[in-house]
Amino acid sequence: MSASTMPASRSRGAGLPFLAPSVLVLLLWMIVPLAMTLWFSTQRYNLLDPTQTGFAGIDNYYYLVTDPDFWTSLVNTLVLVVSVLVITVGLGTLLAVLYDTAFPGRNIARLLVIAPFFVMPTVSALMWKNLMMHPIYGLFGVVAHAFGFAPIDWFAQYPMAAIVIIVSWEWLPFAVLILLTAVQSLDGEQKEAARLDGAGPIAQFVYIILPHMRRAITVVIMIETIFLLTIFAEIFVTTSGGPGTATTTLAYLIYARALLQYDVGGASAGGVVAIVLANIVAIFLVRSIARNLEA
Amino acid sequence: MATVISDTPVKLRASGTVGERAHWAVGVLGWLVALAMFFPIAWMVLTSFKSETDAIATPPLLLFHPTLEGYAEVQSRANYLLFALNSVIVSVGGTALALLFAVPAAYSMAFHPTRRTRGTLLWMLSTKMLPPVGVLIPIYLLFRNLGLLDTRIGLIAIYMLMNLPIVVWMLYTFFKEVPKDILEAGRMDGANQRDEIRHLLLPLAMPGIASTGLLSLILCWNEAFWSLNLTSHAAAPLTQFIASFSSPEGLFFSKLSAASTMAIAPIMVLGWISQKQLVRGLTFGAVK
Repeated sequence: MSASTMPASRSRGAGLPFLAPSVLVLLLWMIVPLAMTLWFSTQRYNLLDPTQTGFAGIDNYYYLVTDPDFWTSLVNTLVLVVSVLVITVGLGTLLAVLYDTAFPGRNIARLLVIAPFFVMPTVSALMWKNLMMHPIYGLFGVVAHAFGFAPIDWFAQYPMAAIVIIVSWEWLPFAVLILLTAVQSLDGEQKEAARLDGAGPIAQFVYIILPHMRRAITVVIMIETIFLLTIFAEIFVTTSGGPGTATTTLAYLIYARALLQYDVGGASAGGVVAIVLANIVAIFLVRSIARNLEA
Repeated sequence: MATVISDTPVKLRASGTVGERAHWAVGVLGWLVALAMFFPIAWMVLTSFKSETDAIATPPLLLFHPTLEGYAEVQSRANYLLFALNSVIVSVGGTALALLFAVPAAYSMAFHPTRRTRGTLLWMLSTKMLPPVGVLIPIYLLFRNLGLLDTRIGLIAIYMLMNLPIVVWMLYTFFKEVPKDILEAGRMDGANQRDEIRHLLLPLAMPGIASTGLLSLILCWNEAFWSLNLTSHAAAPLTQFIASFSSPEGLFFSKLSAASTMAIAPIMVLGWISQKQLVRGLTFGAVK
């Protein structure tokens, strides 16, 4: 009896020193910058103007919400996130079913489909901007010209649409990869039974495959949202938030306030808004993951 | 064989031919989509082997004299190798450091779970949800005051912290699959915990550790928020190098393509190799 409790009690305490370093560094990584952002957001603090100091109360937040650029950036962020979500999750679901079906060379086709996910954001953005969407030398322009249409100057005429296309291309593979895993875990017999009961492909998709994928789709939406809320590099190297503020998202606005205008206080207030937005999504995501951890 | 077929009802055989046709349609569609998705990359690689004049020829040339001019110029005009070296150092450094912290942590949670283990795991995960742009300012100022701006050490530290939650999670799920009995047998033979990890757990879980490291490498290599904001030249990795083409430089299509091809090729191969394990890390085990 005592022999069996001995190793157990030893084992319980013994793991802690191994866990502590990771917990400690993550705690610092989370608490310190978060506290600083919150603190700065209540301060008059501009790196270019050392005379500007002191407690600002909620002034930074007041300036933020009365700044039309802030609301534009929120709308732009929303447009970008929702458009990319609709495209990637919609197409991703269909493609997951497509690549779950056997056909010759399917494994190679799958590799080609997920390839964009491994392309660094600065490369995807510049490749699309120049090789594809450039009004004169880009392939799109050349094709339009060949059919007698005026080429579209994407980044001047439809800057947000151009960004949405690029980001969707980058994230569609992620959706396909995750959703494909979910489809593959579906019991083949269930589909077979439905087929024998006379369910056509569409009925099978709606009544069997979609419900089975619901969880995975939720997870994809939440993870993508968290990443899409802070899309930065693609905008940085293509439009720099312009023309005007047409592609200025919240993330880009904060960057511009902080590192181009050196307005630490104002940028921090924006940072707090970004953190709050991300956390709303994160709460749901963590809850969904926690449910799976039980098993 | 023949008798078996003649025994099957007519109706089933008919549905077989419909299935055959659908099968073909699926194949064609599957390949069309795959080629369309891959097309920009393929076109970029093709362009990288053109001369600058061929690269902007209209209509675009499919047949051309392949040349390595673009590649040669990338190296001679900008010090490509320095950026590539920085990418390798910060990715490998960040990943190695994350594994060093994460292996003991995941070991502790997988084999010596307590009441708090579940909460700890979820809390670690939640640190990953803090948007980088929300903490850009404090990190930037801290880096400036500590002299870490544009240093490899600084970027390695950030990448290590950024990936630690994912690495711990992935290792935890892999360690869970290692039979406890083996580690317990080692303990009976007098192995202490360090020996247990080194001589029993590491060899047994090596495939899992390798794919975790691979995912971390990919994420570090392609990271473009911190690298763009915290480095300028000395420690700048390839993401920053490519960003320098956003000026009118980008209009040198062959050069841009050559630089981009070199920047993405190594990591794409790694990504393809590890695609099956990626899902586990990318969804924190929420999709199985």
